[in-house]
Amino acid sequence: MNILNIYSGQLINLFAALVLLIAFAMLAQRRVLSLINLFALQGLLLAASTALVAWSSDQHHLYYSAALTLVLKVLFLPWLLHRLIRKLNVKWDIETLINIPTTMLLGLALVVFSFNLAGPISEIAGTITRSTLGIAIASVLLSFLMMITRSKAVPQVIGFLAMENGLFFAAVTATYGMPMVVELGIALDILVGMIIMGIFFFQIRATFDSLELKHMEKLRED
Amino acid sequence: MEIFWILAIPLSGGLLLAVFGYKSYAPELNSALSFATFLASIFLTVRVISDGAITEFDEQFFVDSFNVLFVALTAFVAFTTSLFSRPYMRIEQAHGKLTVNMLRLYHSMYQLFTFTMLLVLLTNNMGIMWVAMEAATLTTVLLVSLYRTPASIEAAWKYFILCGVGLALAMFGTILLYFAAEKILGPGGTALLWTHLDEVKGQLEPTILTLAFVFLLVGYGTKVGLVPLHSWLPDAHAEGPTPVSAVLSGLLLNVALYVLVRAKVLVDGTEHTNLAGNLMMGFGLLSVIVAAFMLSRQKDVKRMFAYSSIEHMGLITFAFGMGGAVATFAALLHMTMHALTKSAIFFAVGHATQKSGTQLMENIRGLIRTNPTIGWGLMLGTLAILGMPPFGVFASEFMIITTAMHDYPWSMPFLIIGLGVAFAAIFSRVQRMVFGETGGERLPHPPALVPVFVHLGLVLLLGLYIPAWLAAWFKQAAALIG
Repeated sequence: MNILNIYSGQLINLFAALVLLIAFAMLAQRRVLSLINLFALQGLLLAASTALVAWSSDQHHLYYSAALTLVLKVLFLPWLLHRLIRKLNVKWDIETLINIPTTMLLGLALVVFSFNLAGPISEIAGTITRSTLGIAIASVLLSFLMMITRSKAVPQVIGFLAMENGLFFAAVTATYGMPMVVELGIALDILVGMIIMGIFFFQIRATFDSLELKHMEKLRED
Repeated sequence: MEIFWILAIPLSGGLLLAVFGYKSYAPELNSALSFATFLASIFLTVRVISDGAITEFDEQFFVDSFNVLFVALTAFVAFTTSLFSRPYMRIEQAHGKLTVNMLRLYHSMYQLFTFTMLLVLLTNNMGIMWVAMEAATLTTVLLVSLYRTPASIEAAWKYFILCGVGLALAMFGTILLYFAAEKILGPGGTALLWTHLDEVKGQLEPTILTLAFVFLLVGYGTKVGLVPLHSWLPDAHAEGPTPVSAVLSGLLLNVALYVLVRAKVLVDGTEHTNLAGNLMMGFGLLSVIVAAFMLSRQKDVKRMFAYSSIEHMGLITFAFGMGGAVATFAALLHMTMHALTKSAIFFAVGHATQKSGTQLMENIRGLIRTNPTIGWGLMLGTLAILGMPPFGVFASEFMIITTAMHDYPWSMPFLIIGLGVAFAAIFSRVQRMVFGETGGERLPHPPALVPVFVHLGLVLLLGLYIPAWLAAWFKQAAALIG
């Protein structure tokens, strides 16, 4: 049991490192289809590490969180996104990202910053996962960076969802997850939000004939 | 039990109108539902004022004299706005801007939006507050893009993304708050209940709480429209239908600020320094100044009044930041006055733009000739919002400024310049719109101007005389937040 516990701690760290790796991969991924798959994979890692945390810390409510993550972020949302890009005919879309190396370097700086920010918090935290809090904050910031660098609507929304993944990870690592009622509420918001976004994509396409966000820069102060 | 009705009526109303929202009687049904919610809120208000704070449903809901003020205000303005929206949306339909399906969406979302705001106000759980706040964004995104014009879709996209990112930061702030609270209150459902947090606020870890407040301020501040996080606000107000602009400006901004004030109470109890207050004062002053100068560059009438909302929210945030009995009292009064006046202005502006067929101020002329009531409504509303006596806004602004003069004299030049520039910018434009030569067309339905004058009448009344019970209520609320 004791050895298992040590290994579970190591495994959680491994998963956390993979979550961070995927956040970087998403930053540089130009194909919409692969982006969705990466997002699903990140969700899967999140669900797995949540279940591991639940098992090693005896926090049973985290099993529900893990199941919720699995259903919502690994199965439902990627399915919905796949369906959307097929209907919108953007399945094979490739985005031209300029300056991937610079973005990566900026991302590295964000990771360093996140670990500094997480330092004082994880010192107080009593969870077994406190060392991964920095990674959680880093993946929030990396998703934010991804949203800024994207010029198309679907990748920007995927960035938004990845940001929520990071926040969920932060909640799990710092406090063993938020109270169940709040987590259910957040899941409902994401679900409704994605459905509304789906409707919205079609509105954007019908109006602008494309999902390029550069058409939507007319409203500004002159 | 009142709490149940206040939440159940708009929620079931939203579902009901999702089915029947396209019928010809839907606008009346919408008003009737809003009126029922308003009635329930009156019962709740009377009970809370006479019996004191109550918690219900396993402490998940909490009402004291502070938030019951906003519950009553939200229900009232949501009701009057639904009255205004009846002829307004019919005229839009007659002008061929809306289809029946869009009206169904509008009516359903209007009720759900009211529900989410009331849920933010009534819940005791800081996590649910976040959930409801995000839901408030979601219900209004499709309302902002209702006309499906390129500009409205762009505005809605900006609104969704910016408020979404902002609220993500607020979520992180909430996680940190829970993290600090869980150490004292133990894990589980009760550690995010505001009443529990309030009891133990002295023992919470100060560094964590400071960090949490910064994230909450930036996050919910986006929703309040504080500069430099405001860029969604003018677009969403200008491009959405006018009833939506009225409730966004009059209610949603207030509700977001309410959450921020709840968080401030906790941080103040932990910190024993005025850090939260200073941050709020800084953001508030910046908003007043920037919004005032942006005001003078606007060409679109709804955009201009949206910037005016940013300015007033800045002023209120500044007043809450100063703290103390008088400033908090003034801030609460100003929130009430601003909600009533700004929605009245949007009602008048809505009909004025329908008459002229444009939102560009240079093409709106001579309202007082073609329709004196719209003209007078806009003129009086503008005078009220600019803080002219004897309207109530004057009283609250006067209290804020005298307190600032006494406690923080350095802020005086900023406030005076901000208010002065805003006055010059708004007044000169509105004057040209109201007076001057023009020929506007007749509206296919008689405009709804009763809500305009009811609101302005209330603002005037409160400017002349605040009844003792109301003053006592506001004082009690101010004492709760200190």
